Amino acid sequence: MITLEKRSQPSRVWAFAAPVMAVVLTMLCGGLLFAALGKSPVETIRTIFFDPLFSEFAWFYRPQLLIKGAPLVLIAIGLSFGFRAGIWNIGAEGQYIVGAICGAAVGLAFYPTESIFIFPLMIVAGILGGTLWALIPGILKVKFDTNEILVSLMLVYVAEQLLASMALGALRNPDGMGFPGSRNLAKYDSASSWISENAGMHWGVVLAFVAVIFAYVTLSRHLFGFQVRLAGQSPRAARFGGVNPQALVLICMAISGGLAGAAGLFEVAGPAGQISIDFNVGYGFTAIIVAFLGRLHPIGILLAAGLMALTYIGGEIAQSNLGLPGAAIQLMQGMLLFFLLMVDVLSNYRLRLGKKAIV
Amino acid sequence: MDWSAINPILLLASLMVAATPIILASVGELIVERAGVLNLGVEGMMITGAVCGFIVAVNSGSPWLGFIGAAVGGAILSLLFGFLTQFLLSNQVATGLALTLFGLGLSALMGQSYVGIKAPEFADWHIPLLGDIPVLGPILFQHDPMVYVGLGLVAAVWAFLKFSRAGLILRAVGENHEAAHALGYHVVRVRMLAIMFGGACAGLGGAYLSLVRVPQWTEGMTAGAGWIALAIVVFASWKPLRLLLGAYLFGGVTVLQLNLQAAGMAIPVEYLSMSPYLATIAVLVIMRAGRAPGSLGQSFHASR
Amino acid sequence: MTMKTILAGATIAASLSTTAFADDPTKVGFVYVGPVGDGGWTYEHDQGRLAVEEAFGDAVETVYVENVPEGADAERVLQQMALGGADLIFTTSFGYMDPTINVAEKFPDVMFEHATGYKMADNVSVYSARFYEGRAVQGHIAGQMTESNVIGYIGSFPIPEVIRGINSAYIHAKAVNPDVEFKIVWAYTWFDPAKEAEAATVLIEQGADVILQHTDSTAPQAAAQAAGNVVTFGQASDMAEFGPFPRVSSIIDNWAPYYIARTQAVIDGTWESTNTWDGIGAGMVGIGEITDAVPAEVKASAEALRDSLASGEYHAFTGPLNKQDGTAWLAEGETADDGTLAGMNFYVEGLTGEIPQ
Repeated sequence: MITLEKRSQPSRVWAFAAPVMAVVLTMLCGGLLFAALGKSPVETIRTIFFDPLFSEFAWFYRPQLLIKGAPLVLIAIGLSFGFRAGIWNIGAEGQYIVGAICGAAVGLAFYPTESIFIFPLMIVAGILGGTLWALIPGILKVKFDTNEILVSLMLVYVAEQLLASMALGALRNPDGMGFPGSRNLAKYDSASSWISENAGMHWGVVLAFVAVIFAYVTLSRHLFGFQVRLAGQSPRAARFGGVNPQALVLICMAISGGLAGAAGLFEVAGPAGQISIDFNVGYGFTAIIVAFLGRLHPIGILLAAGLMALTYIGGEIAQSNLGLPGAAIQLMQGMLLFFLLMVDVLSNYRLRLGKKAIV
Repeated sequence: MDWSAINPILLLASLMVAATPIILASVGELIVERAGVLNLGVEGMMITGAVCGFIVAVNSGSPWLGFIGAAVGGAILSLLFGFLTQFLLSNQVATGLALTLFGLGLSALMGQSYVGIKAPEFADWHIPLLGDIPVLGPILFQHDPMVYVGLGLVAAVWAFLKFSRAGLILRAVGENHEAAHALGYHVVRVRMLAIMFGGACAGLGGAYLSLVRVPQWTEGMTAGAGWIALAIVVFASWKPLRLLLGAYLFGGVTVLQLNLQAAGMAIPVEYLSMSPYLATIAVLVIMRAGRAPGSLGQSFHASR
Repeated sequence: MTMKTILAGATIAASLSTTAFADDPTKVGFVYVGPVGDGGWTYEHDQGRLAVEEAFGDAVETVYVENVPEGADAERVLQQMALGGADLIFTTSFGYMDPTINVAEKFPDVMFEHATGYKMADNVSVYSARFYEGRAVQGHIAGQMTESNVIGYIGSFPIPEVIRGINSAYIHAKAVNPDVEFKIVWAYTWFDPAKEAEAATVLIEQGADVILQHTDSTAPQAAAQAAGNVVTFGQASDMAEFGPFPRVSSIIDNWAPYYIARTQAVIDGTWESTNTWDGIGAGMVGIGEITDAVPAEVKASAEALRDSLASGEYHAFTGPLNKQDGTAWLAEGETADDGTLAGMNFYVEGLTGEIPQ
């Protein structure tokens, strides 16, 4: 019988070794899956995990990793504050959408004027939109003690309907021959978030890195970071320690909403280019996984987002080069997440043989 | 607009059917959450149930066997979640989301050769005598058997939680796992059973879509029903009978908005489609939903 | 060796000689918005891809990526396909329009084909199907099959494509049945079986005994079957498994002839940027078998309508037609121009309700 014994301190060795082990396990099991589907396991694994980084076309894929990873990092960093404090905002997808709508609306209102003030205004609108959307569950929790998981999730569906309404109505491109979808902001110089398209750099990528550094400093050096950690570990102690739980809820919701809104704005003004019915592609939900895979630590989140982006991009290459069905990629991503979550136990617990415990 | 076009009897009757998949899935999740576990992977278990049920039903020709297959499939998938969260103490939110991703991929692979096939017929019951009662008959007693299975499950879960000793243990484990453990209850064992029940129910809900509602297999066919089931559990403040209310509210607003559209009322559809979600939030605020099970979402480790 | 195998050998030799290098197959890429297992839109495009493989054998290699979100992801997948050596790429969703144009700029030697859009370039063609021709046939049958004179219509999103279909079906239903009335429900989704089932049920409850759908799942068919006396039509794919009743006919997306022709053009080096909008005539829109549940004379006249649409002697939008508000649109004998049809955002006279904005 194997039992688990809690470590007094999380193991530093396993903190690094565990994710590597998870990736190796995924490669093994994924290899078996691909072999069962009649594909060469070695070639498939190489295509998914290495080709985006080291193949002949890596000059193209590496910048794409930034584009795919940036919104994940931005949203996950924001969520990590709340998650540490035990505040469960799982509606980042909705905040992402509303941020994009608000930001895009500002940009479109100025079209076709060119001015350097337009883009900063759009950023403000995007952050504000996401923040306000996230504050709805926050305020309801504080005022009425409603469950923020449910309210924030409900607001995702509301935001999706709002998005459809905007793409078909208010923000529809007047020159679009009646088709849904707004004008292309990436093609409107004053509103574009691109810095260099070939290098995969847009302002969202820049802000993602800034957010990582900011979060790192806040969590390790700042009083607020201490309060967040305390509230998560021991709500009672936090109250005695002078933490106002209501203010903490609002601040954490605002941070996660603001960053999700910013992610939406940068996406709509750059890589996506326009508000369309299907503008959101699930970054808000994937970011929740990313936040946990990164153990709610800024650097961990950065790495986890990179890994997720890698499997997305590698998965697409495997689909088109090797004829692998998209479902197999999805399954492998699921496996990877399971293994990562599975081995996580090793950094906090020690495996012991013998000694039967009541389970 | 023409109000007379809306027939309230038929509206209520179709509501009974429309609410069935979410009732099935949410009653399972309710037990899971009452045991203190938050499994966000309902959508993944539903779609896996949908494909398992479809495959079994098509190959055996029996929808009943299909539903059994769906329950087994959903339960097996949920074991994965149970193993990770209960034995390896992984985070439940993240594991549940991963389960959804995994289930969507798995079901798509399994169903590859089943696209475009029709499921075997699953006839409605016209319950003798009861089905002939005016008004109530068509609303309540002329549906397919799974509608009653769903209602029966809700009643059974209600009685289980309220009257049985096992239900008491389950609630104790969900409220305070440390105390339950101290009293000698097997926290992890109880939770594993609850998780499997949840998986089986979600599987049934999915199979109701693939075998009765659509009835065909297509990738991603649950289209978010699992998320609604999750919402309804919280809406019901973890009480089985309120679960019915929640499911009918959700189904009802959708059916009503479609009815208003068909009757020619000129309202922006997107805002109507939002309304069930807004209504849920409003009801949550008004009802001040009951407290969640004390240990919901927390990992339990005996040696702590 | 029999005559048949000799002939087969000769055909293979002939087809090999048309490709410049037999060992360097032409690579054709497909980008799909949904999964190939959706049984509808993407499924039919993939059937087209398989037909290309069938037709050219080893001379052509096809690749595809499914479930590609519109926007940034599409642009990356397109570029990756182009880098991977694709000679011709079909992008099969309206939302791929800007990504297609962007990537096409970077790869002038790769040919692109964008479905249902309107932006073209030297190496970007656009193609779409005149599904409204099929809707005309549907309307013609529906108008005569209905006894309640109420026809239910499940719309996906209020966009020109769908509005065109509603207008076309209505005009031809009205022509054979002046008392006909359309009840239109917008589902705001292309694919959500549960919601589609509910929409169909609602329409049936409100008296519709014919259901037309512009969403892709079979859920409305099942709802009609359960109701017992309601007529439906297959959408995107044939849905023949619901025939002969309630499904009495269908509109089938048939991309195979176009995909084969365009691939051939690339192989021959004759590919040019074109704007294709084909209907029943070219085989892009198929009318599924009209079952015996339809009275023989209705079936005959529906087939006659289909054939006149196919030959081009009749246009589905032929005047006199007024817009919903009563203003004149088409004069006697005048036919609608493609520009108006492409951006259609109004109902024709007689339809009730407003197009949601």
